[in-house]
This record gives sequence, structure tokens and C-alpha cells, in this order.
Amino acid sequence: MGDFDLSVIWNNLPFLWQGLQLSLWLTLLAVIGGIILGTGLALMRLSGIMPLALAAAGYVNLIRSVPLILVIFWFYFLVPLALGRPIGGFYSALIAFVMFEAAYYSEIIRAGIQSVRKGQVHAGQATGLSYWQIQRYVVLPQAFRNMIPILVTQGIILFQDTSLVFVVSLRDFMTASSIVARTEGRLAEMYIFAALVYFTICFAGSLFVRRLQKAKTA
Amino acid sequence: MISIENISKWYGDFQVLTDCTTHVGKGEVVVVCGPSGSGKSTLIKCVNGLEPVQQGRILVEDADVTAKGTNLTRLRSRIGMVFQHFELYPHMSVRENLCLGQQKVLVRSRDEANAKAEALISRVGLLPHIEKFPGQLSGGQQQRVAISRALAMDPIAMLFDEPTSALDPEMINEVLDVMVELAQDGMTMMVVTHEMGFARKVADRVVFMDAGRVVEDRATEEFFGNPESERAQDFLSKILNH
Ligand SMILES: Nc1ncnc2c1ncn2[C@@H]1O[C@H](COP(=O)(O)OP(=O)(O)OP(=O)(O)O)[C@@H](O)[C@H]1O
Ligand SMILES: [Mg+2]
Repeated sequence: MGDFDLSVIWNNLPFLWQGLQLSLWLTLLAVIGGIILGTGLALMRLSGIMPLALAAAGYVNLIRSVPLILVIFWFYFLVPLALGRPIGGFYSALIAFVMFEAAYYSEIIRAGIQSVRKGQVHAGQATGLSYWQIQRYVVLPQAFRNMIPILVTQGIILFQDTSLVFVVSLRDFMTASSIVARTEGRLAEMYIFAALVYFTICFAGSLFVRRLQKAKTA
Repeated sequence: MISIENISKWYGDFQVLTDCTTHVGKGEVVVVCGPSGSGKSTLIKCVNGLEPVQQGRILVEDADVTAKGTNLTRLRSRIGMVFQHFELYPHMSVRENLCLGQQKVLVRSRDEANAKAEALISRVGLLPHIEKFPGQLSGGQQQRVAISRALAMDPIAMLFDEPTSALDPEMINEVLDVMVELAQDGMTMMVVTHEMGFARKVADRVVFMDAGRVVEDRATEEFFGNPESERAQDFLSKILNH
């Protein structure tokens, strides 16, 4: 050790890039899946249909009271049991992230839906649109417009959380960096590099959020 | 056409409407007025079932709005409604605002809906603005668009809830003119408003509400000439002298 040798990064770039790709894919797919499922949960909670509302609320509260790492474990062991065959670390982790993020997204989306003026719903009802048509054409487009910054912020947190998938032996960017660090004996270089990469991506994300917010108030 | 029979309504323990009765005949214009908080908005929202009532019933043509099995969405599609704060969809252009209900509820084709939208929007003088978004229009323009959006559904009656009270004074008349024209074309209208000039000009009857009750329900000239109740006299003297 002692001297700072950056060539270790260069030499292992393909391996690290693979790890980063996995992290990014997992984030992207989990954000999409989480938003879709979260929207469903939010609509269930606000539907005024008691069994649906209770089921959604129960789900959200359950998921939010356990640590993410536990959810990742659950799905790693439970999904193969339920399906009767293994599906691999990536898909079980993806399902876990979608299920977990959906609980958080549903709360964001519920607040977004409630932020749309009641009069908008009345206007839709008064022209004879059905509940689902009002949500689809009137409420959700406005709600999402208001929510984009928070949704992106939540996505940034999710990106950082993907580093937990090492527990199901997936090789995300963090795991790939540790492997290189240990096998090459270059801990300082690799962990500083990993931190820089996470920082750059998350910082770019939050700059994007700030621009969105500015565009909204302008 | 619209018949409100002895309705009462509560918000929790608070009784908003007490035994209200009135009717609007086909082609009639009825103005509803009264002090703030007297239940005018609530009453008009009950007519198309936006608010449920706990007692009494409301008939629109022969459909019972308050009955359990009534298809409210269908009924609402036949009654236009205009709101104090316009409630245009801010993420849609004027054209899209006018087409949404036509296409999704009446299942009109895009061409048909567009033709109707253009015809109605030119009638209120806003054709050059049809691709604009509500936020780019003045309040008076937005309210004229909102009236057109309601008319695009070919309603059998129109409900207005203080359509001019959120407008700057200089824009009130452009909206009232549209409403007067509509009344003269024979539209059945129930209008919550404090514009007494409008009431005198086109209303067949005036309903005066106070504290959740219909205090007066009389022909327009009678109402203005000789209001029976003290509360209506008070109200009129305040509103006409300011
Ligand atoms: N959702 C609600 N929950 C509880 N109380 C309500 C609700 N909506 C209205 N009210 C109350 O019912 C009463 C009648 O309200 P409403 O809006 O019908 O009056 P209004 O005559 O239209 O008044 P304004 O001239 O201010 O529009 C008011 O005292 C109001 O505070
Ligand atoms: Mg009102």
C-alpha cells in the first residue's frame, strides 16, 4: 500500500462497469415497478372501498416497519418457495425492491393525489366521468407533475440502497468495488473511487431535482 | 325539470340544509342568493349528486338523484355545471378541456368532439385561444371556456355556482353576457349569484336562502318589489347599496 495507485481502477473498469450497470438497472426497474404498484396502492387507499383501503394500508404499514435488508432476504427465500423453482438473485432482489419501494411511493403518491384540488374532481364528476376516468385523465397527471421532484429524490435513495443486494450475492457496483479492493489490496483507492461515483450520480440527480423544482415555481 | 323536495342534509352534527324545496321548470332560470354560509353551494351540488342528501328527494326529469340505484355518472353527464373557480383542467389545452367529456363519456369521435369544441369556443369569442392552456387566459376567458366545456355535453340543464364572484370586476360582464344569451336561448338554469342585475334581467324566480333554509321562493319582480321576509330585505338593501 502506501502509494496511491489509480491504475487499479483502469485495469478493472469492465468489471466495475458491470457492477454499476446492475445497480442502475435495478434502480430503474424498481423505480418504475414501485411507482406503478405504489399508484395502485394509493388508489386503493383513497378509493373509499373499505376492504381495499384496509388491505393497502396494512401492506404499507407492514413493509415500512421492517428493514429493507430483511425484505430482500424474505423474497430471496420466499419467492422460490412460492414458485417452486429458483429465480435467481437479480429477480428476487428486483421483486423485493419493487414491493418495498411501492410502500414508500404509495405514500408520496397519496399525498400527491390529495394535493389536487377537490374542485378538479367535482369538475370531472360533473361532466359524468367515472371515478377511474377522473383519476386517469384529471387527477394523476396533475399529481405526478407536482410529485416528480420527490419521486426522483426517492429514486436516488433507492440507488444507494441497491448496495444491499450483496446479501443475496449479487454483484452491484459496491460489491464489485469491494471485490477489486480486496483482491488487489487497494482498499483506499477503491473505496474513494466508489464514494466518488455514488456522489457524482446522486449529486447529478439532486441537481436535476432542483431544476425541476425551479421550473415548477417559475 | 329539476324538482327539489324537502331535502335536509347534515355534515356530521351540523345541519347545512333544512327542509329545502324548490323547482326549476323546463327553460326556466332560477337565481339562488343569500348570505355567505347559507348553503347555496351545498344545495346546488345536491342537484347533480355531488353531495348526498340524508332526507327528501331530488328529481331531474324523471330520474331520482337521491335514490340508491340511480346511475349518477349518466345523470351528471346531462347536467352542466360551472364553478366559482372555473376548475378547468390546468394540464390540458382549451380544446382538450372541451373534448375530454365528449370523447370519454359520450364516446364521440375525435372529429365530432373537435367540431363541437370549435363551434362552442367561437361562440364565446375565444377561437384564437383554443390551443392555449387555462393558465394563459384571464379569469373571464377561463370562465367562458368552463361554460363551453359544460355545453359541449349537450346538457338538458345548467348549474352555476357563483360563476362571477372570483372575477375582477371588469371581467364580470363578459361572463354574464354569455349566460344571458344562454338563458335567452331557452336553457334551463339554476344560478347561485349575487349579481342582481342578472337576476332581474333573466331570472323567472329568485330563491333566497338563509341558514340552510329556503326563506323565499318567488317570481323575480315580486322578490325585488316586495320581499316578504326581513332577512331578504336586509340582504337586498346591503347588496344593492354597495
Ligand atoms: N365539507 C364540509 N364539511 C363541513 N361543513 C361544510 C362543508 N362544506 C360546507 N360546509 C358548511 O356548510 C355551510 C354552507 O356552506 P355552503 O358552501 O353551501 O354555503 P354558501 O351559501 O355557498 O356560502 P358562500 O356564499 O360562502 O359560498 C357553511 O357553514 C359551511 O361552513
Ligand atoms: Mg358557495
